[in-house]
Amino acid sequence: MAGFTGFASRRNADPALPPGQYLEKGFPVLSTGPDPTITVWELQLATDVGSRSWSWEEFLALPQEDVATDIHCVTSWSKLGTHWRGVSVDTLFEGLATEHRFAMAHCYGGYTTNLPLADLLGGKAWVVHEFEGAPLRSEHGGPARLFVPHLYFWKSAKWLQGLQTMATDRPGFWENYGYHNHGDPWKEERYA
Amino acid sequence: MTGSWRPAVCVAARTETPTARSIRLRVDGLGPVVAGQHIDIRLTADDGYQAVRSYSLSATPVGGPLGVPLADDEVEITVEELPEGEVSPYLVQGLEPQDALEVRGPIGGWFVWRDTDPDPVQLIGGGSGVAPLVAMLRARVAGRSPVPMRLLTSVRTPESLYFGDELRRLAEVPGIGVDVAYSREAPAGEVRPAGRLTAGDIAAFVQEPGAGTVFVCGRTSFVAAVTDLLIARGHDPASIRTERFGGA
Repeated sequence: MAGFTGFASRRNADPALPPGQYLEKGFPVLSTGPDPTITVWELQLATDVGSRSWSWEEFLALPQEDVATDIHCVTSWSKLGTHWRGVSVDTLFEGLATEHRFAMAHCYGGYTTNLPLADLLGGKAWVVHEFEGAPLRSEHGGPARLFVPHLYFWKSAKWLQGLQTMATDRPGFWENYGYHNHGDPWKEERYA
Repeated sequence: MTGSWRPAVCVAARTETPTARSIRLRVDGLGPVVAGQHIDIRLTADDGYQAVRSYSLSATPVGGPLGVPLADDEVEITVEELPEGEVSPYLVQGLEPQDALEVRGPIGGWFVWRDTDPDPVQLIGGGSGVAPLVAMLRARVAGRSPVPMRLLTSVRTPESLYFGDELRRLAEVPGIGVDVAYSREAPAGEVRPAGRLTAGDIAAFVQEPGAGTVFVCGRTSFVAAVTDLLIARGHDPASIRTERFGGA
């Protein structure tokens, strides 16, 4: 394709950047409304074979993992080499052998996003409460958010309240508003 | 297909402030457009390097400046030049009519206003964040909707006011209110002293809690401050829709 008048290449493509992404050094904030006020935090997990919940203290007492990875937003920015700390979703699901194949993440404030369980289990997803060694700030989803770094960041739901498994898939908030149902950045699964 | 890139050409560009331009684009195969949506813009350099950024639409095909329709395949964006930016300096200073680029979208179904929506609307914009809100005002004028629509826009100085002449004329349309708050330097004769928006400003210039949807757009810190003030005044968080840009 021919170049456009006057727009000069300023940055070399980084192989760590998925197609169509640019390197961001800040940390942009995207939310649909105000940050929710969370007076009593509790994390819930509900499946067809049972449910459980954790208070903040109980959640912090679960085995913690440190995660160093890149994140990719559908609005085209990526951050490379970010550091997070939290609980693997595998840990939350231990002993709950669900037949369900999908899950809906529910958040304080009403946001939802849907994911296949295959994208949440197997060492691929966490509920994180620290970013770069500090408590996760409210505008980034604190006290705790879902963290699914191999998908676009709208799947890493802020202010996570719980995960509900589902026998059949249905769209969450942005998936109802034109975003792709799955959201793989390497396949550029941005919009429906 | 929202997800596919379409060829587009700049058909006009107009200076809005010393650091911002409104750019009119003709987009091949542009589909339906709703006020409040955004588009992705892709630029390609001579060596094949590409850069993509998102910009809110400041005008839709039915709602151009002062409500006068654009062509069916035209939209406008309003771009503020960011000092460290990669794309915005080119769009504000480099792009000329007849120059080509690519467009994806329009995108978004949440931070939007349709002229069939029956409820009063409050718009609150900081700096260039007023762009999608002006698209909503223009759509209201074009669609002859009777719903009350008020805009509160905050800018640093008189010279950084976006859409100044048009806002003065929009303010004369029955049912539309326009208030400007200056944060650093107010013009001569302005009653409100320069400063950031306060609880008093929200009480004076913003529709009552419960009246309808409040749209807030601007930098992250602006949106956070305004939504805090709105909630403190009693606005239901579910009635507040936000669009933010820039880091925390």
